[in-house]
Parts: sequence; C-alpha cells; structure tokens
Amino acid sequence: MTTRRQFLILTCGALSGAAHAQLPPDIGAKRKAAALEALRKVTGGAEMRTGKVKLEIPPLIDNGNAVPLTVTVDSPMTEKDHVKAIHVLTERNPQPNVVAVHIGPRAGRANVTTRVRLADTQTVTAIAQMSDGSFWADRIEVVVTLSACLEDGLI
Amino acid sequence: MARTVVNMPAEARRGEIIEIKTLTGHTMETGFRHTERGEPIPRDIITQFVCTYNGTEIFRAELFPAISANPLITFTTVATESGTLEFRWTGDKGFTASHSAKLTVA
Amino acid sequence: MKRGGFLVTCAALAAAVAAGEIPLSERKSGYEYMSRGTRAMQDDDTTNPATLSLLDGETLWSRKIGARSCADCHGEAQSSMKGVAARYPAIDAKGRLQDLEQRINECRVERQKAPALAFESRDLLALTALVGRQSRGLPIDIKVDDKTRGPLAAGREMFHRRQGQLNLSCAQCHDERPGIKLAGNTIPQAHPTGYPIYRLEWQGMGSLQRRLRNCFIGVRAEPYAYGSKEFAELELYLMWRARGMKLETPAVRP
Repeated sequence: MTTRRQFLILTCGALSGAAHAQLPPDIGAKRKAAALEALRKVTGGAEMRTGKVKLEIPPLIDNGNAVPLTVTVDSPMTEKDHVKAIHVLTERNPQPNVVAVHIGPRAGRANVTTRVRLADTQTVTAIAQMSDGSFWADRIEVVVTLSACLEDGLI
Repeated sequence: MARTVVNMPAEARRGEIIEIKTLTGHTMETGFRHTERGEPIPRDIITQFVCTYNGTEIFRAELFPAISANPLITFTTVATESGTLEFRWTGDKGFTASHSAKLTVA
Repeated sequence: MKRGGFLVTCAALAAAVAAGEIPLSERKSGYEYMSRGTRAMQDDDTTNPATLSLLDGETLWSRKIGARSCADCHGEAQSSMKGVAARYPAIDAKGRLQDLEQRINECRVERQKAPALAFESRDLLALTALVGRQSRGLPIDIKVDDKTRGPLAAGREMFHRRQGQLNLSCAQCHDERPGIKLAGNTIPQAHPTGYPIYRLEWQGMGSLQRRLRNCFIGVRAEPYAYGSKEFAELELYLMWRARGMKLETPAVRP
C-alpha cells in the first residue's frame, strides 16, 4: 500500500523521481492524537473496560493490504443486555477509524469479520458499546511486513 | 452494478443463528494515494452496508478507507421467520449495489 | 534446430534434472509459505476475493460477442475446460508458443470475430480465471518433446541468468534460497500453481506475467512486454519446473 511506502521513503531517505506528498515530520504524533480523538468521539469520554471483547487478528501479517479481522463480544444479545455497536480503530493508519458496526438483539451473536488495511506495525483496538451505556475494549499489537518484489520497485 | 456475493443458508430452524458472508467488488480507493506525478487520487469507497430482514434493519456497518478492497463482511442474525433479506451497499460517487436472498424458516 | 544444438540442449536439460531442480517430493506451493489467515482466504470460496472474478468469467463465457459466445462452441466450461490450464503454455497447430491468455485471445479474434482483450484487463483475467478454475486439483502436465524442447531451454536459460542492477537470477532466490526471508517475506520456490491470482499487494487479480514483471522490477531489470516470446518461454519453463504439482486456481498470494 502506498501509504506505507511513503512512510518508508521518508525513513530510508530515498528520493524517487516523483513528487510524493511529503509527510510532516511529526506524523506519528499527529496520527496518535487523531486516534485518541476518534476514541473520544466513540466513548464520549466514558471509561473503557477490559473484557467481553475479543479482537482476533493474525499476529504476523503477510500483507497489510488485506488483514483478516474478527471481533466477538461476549453478550447474551437480549433486549435488556446486548451490544449496540462495535468500533475498530487503529493508531498508525492515515485515518483512525476502520469500521463501525451497528447491531442489536436480532444479531443473535455479537460477531463481525472483515478484512482491513494496516499501514504499519501497530496496535488495533476494538470497542463494544453496550445497551447499558458501558464500553468494553480489546487491543492487539500486530506486526506488518511489506511484500517483496513490488510493482513500483521502491524496495 | 458491482459484483456481489452473499453466502447464507437457504433454510433455517426458527431461533437458529445463521452466518451471512458477503463480498463486493470495489477498489476502495483510500484517498491517501498519489499518482506518480504527486497528484492525489480522490477517495472512492463504499461508506455504508445495510442488511434488512423483511424490512427491518438487522445489521449496519459504516466503512472507512481502512477496509480492504473487495470488502468482505461476515455477520450473524437470528432466523425469526421466512422472508427476504435485502443487502445494500452505498458509497462515494453515488455507488450503489444490492442483493436479495430468500430464507425459509421452519 | 541443428542436430548438434539439439544434443547440447538435451544434455543441458538432463543436467538440470540432475542438479539444481527441485524434485517433486520437495516442491512446495506458495500456499505453504503463507500465513494461516491468507490460506483461509484462498480455501473458502465464499470469502475468496477471486470468486468475484470467477463470477465475471461465468458471465463472459455465455455472452455472445462477435460471431458467438464461448459456450456456443465449448458448452459448459466445467466439462470442456477441465485439464486445459494444466497443459499451458502450449504450442498450437501453427507452431506458436502460447500461454492461456494468448490462446483465449486467439479464440476471440479468429473464432468469435471479436477484438482481443487487453492483457491484465478485467475481462481477460476473468476468463483465464474461469478456465484455470476447471483445472483446480489437477497436476500440472507439461512435457518435454520436439516442440517444447527449444522454448523450454530458452526459459530455463533465462531462469538461471543473472539480470538487472541487483544482478540476481531467478534461480538464486527460488532454487537456492527458498524458505529464507527477503524484506520480511519468505522466499517461495516460485511455482505458478494458481494463476491468475488475487494478490493482496495488488488488491486485485493478476496474471503470471504481471507477477514476473514484479520480479524483474524487484531485481531492477527491464521487464519484458506482456505477450512477449521471452515471457512465454519463461512461463513454459516455470510450469514444467512445477510439473506434477496440483493447481489451486484462482489462488490468493501476498
């Protein structure tokens, strides 16, 4: 994915002939701040408890362009006690939000699987918003490698 | 219309939780890439996916550029009654795609 | 081909069998070098993104274009195309070496009276994927005979030739160093057991020639053009080198 390569161009100091948009030097801090802001938007500042949520991502990834991701939340999914929403956020992608899923008791199980893009080795967070207003989260650290022999030959 | 694939059982017992796997053809252009000349490539993604069951929304997802190309979304629902499940994808540049599947519940 | 050259080529191929070639029992598909998650993506047809291309292929197969549709002559692809991809690249009646993409285009132009499909176009990839799918599970079947001997030798020579600014040959990575890491990824033996593939890096489908071009760029060599004789020879050699291995088309690769 080009964003990762842009990151690598900067860190390796390589200069290609093209004029890629320069990333600001404090990009890491900027993205982390954006991630925290996105988190705050989801929870409204409420406490995020650990438990109930299980985020599954392979620890070592072949290619950051299509990473299988599953979130399962331990919940009876009844009218009185169910998961209202599942949010997935990253801290190093150009944008922190990955997906926001809205479900209810009709789901039977609080469970979603998709494939996501991860720009870099980083921590991914899954947050479940419950019907009682509480927030629960799980975090996973993943290592993302870049494929060899690419099309634009930056490596 | 974009290619869509929905995989779910055609029949289920009442109260059974069924798994629904969906795939759609879409490049999910992030908006963060640039051409070789440095020009930004505009974002072009699916932004929303909704599933209704006999008219009632049972699943909704907001998608962001971090979702991979040709999005896969797998979720579950309780088989409550026989009927039709409608799937609808919408996104940038007026993108829409839809799919319909019948479920027989005994 | 002159008799002397013929004998030399035979000897060269025989030598290849003796030294450096990976014996069938030790041949490993790129599948085995992938993570579990990527393997799962390939294994499940309902979630394999290449399925979208297969469905496109089915639509194209029955679509009447020019004089007729593929189905008009070939009927159901499931029966008529079984085993075809396992035998390609092949030499046609006119003595031309063709890979599957070129053979499909020949049909389109000469029998369907329709324009050829561009290499790497969505439609050509879809049709190639559909045809390839019908050989899934079948062993690759490329033989050395009077017709293939010459192109095979040329392909083999290229595989062993150092190229590009990095001055590396295919053999140095893929015959001598499979299993070792290169830039965080494991070097595979490079057997084309599932083309066209859905490559995660491309986030889309692509042919073996597209992947080979990536290899050339990887060693900083000028890649050959799509549809070139050199690529057809290299493809033939790669398929021969993988003979006996089962096809997985359409595969998923990082």
